[in-house]
Amino acid sequence: MKLATHIVFFYKFAPMTFEQIKQVLKTKTVGIAGCGGLGSNCAVALARVGVGRLVIADFDLVQEGNLNRQFYFYDQIGMLKVAALKQNLFRINPDVRVNTFDIRLCQSDIIEIYGKCDVIIEAFDKPEMKYLILDAVHNYMPDKYLVMGVGMAGWGDNNLIRSRQSDKLIICGDEINAIADKCPPLAPRVGIVANMQANAVLEILLGVNEHQIHTEN
Amino acid sequence: MKITLNNREEEFDRDQLTVTELLQAKKFTFKMLVIKVNGHLVKKSEQNTFIVKDSDDVMVLHLISGG
Repeated sequence: MKLATHIVFFYKFAPMTFEQIKQVLKTKTVGIAGCGGLGSNCAVALARVGVGRLVIADFDLVQEGNLNRQFYFYDQIGMLKVAALKQNLFRINPDVRVNTFDIRLCQSDIIEIYGKCDVIIEAFDKPEMKYLILDAVHNYMPDKYLVMGVGMAGWGDNNLIRSRQSDKLIICGDEINAIADKCPPLAPRVGIVANMQANAVLEILLGVNEHQIHTEN
Repeated sequence: MKITLNNREEEFDRDQLTVTELLQAKKFTFKMLVIKVNGHLVKKSEQNTFIVKDSDDVMVLHLISGG
């Protein structure tokens, strides 16, 4: 048996300080479709690490029932989610630029609103909407990464939550637990998946090497 | 034929299958399914005719509520 004579360490990315990371991220735009449990928590994570611009869309108002998982406060009940989220993002990082759209997204909106984003986060609750954005990105923006959240209701089962990738489509979640009366979405699992989506975005945005950054801009 | 289905190797005693036959064989019966074959998004209307063959990479994703 032949033994390895030396060990090679692979870094998936070049190691970077937080200052270097911010330098890259401040030039980037991330689109977030839906500002519920996934969208609000994912936006917060991305604002904290210094993503330059967030494009957020949702038609809904903050309701008391949202507060068990969504990044809103009791005194924001009744506000438009996009307005409340923008407020919260500025309180965390006043440098983040936020474009808000208080609309129910259709296919042409998705193409128009998210066409200039570097990455798109799918953060809808309904499967039909998840399909709509998948189809729109695949057919009209095939060069763009789409990071989806699929399966995060209930509690426990940490090890079921995972991610997988097929080309530019990344799926985060357990792909099993749909929302039901006795299986509600709750802060811990929803937060895990939202942050996995944010983490996948960083992997995409920070994994691009210098050469690609220059040729793509 | 041998294919990769959701990152796992699967073997079938047929040379090829349509997407519909594959879904039946693996008992995928949900409504909101996304199917990609070698990166190509297979539309519902194509499922009866789209052929899966040896060494294809197939992704079946069940879209469920929550977000």
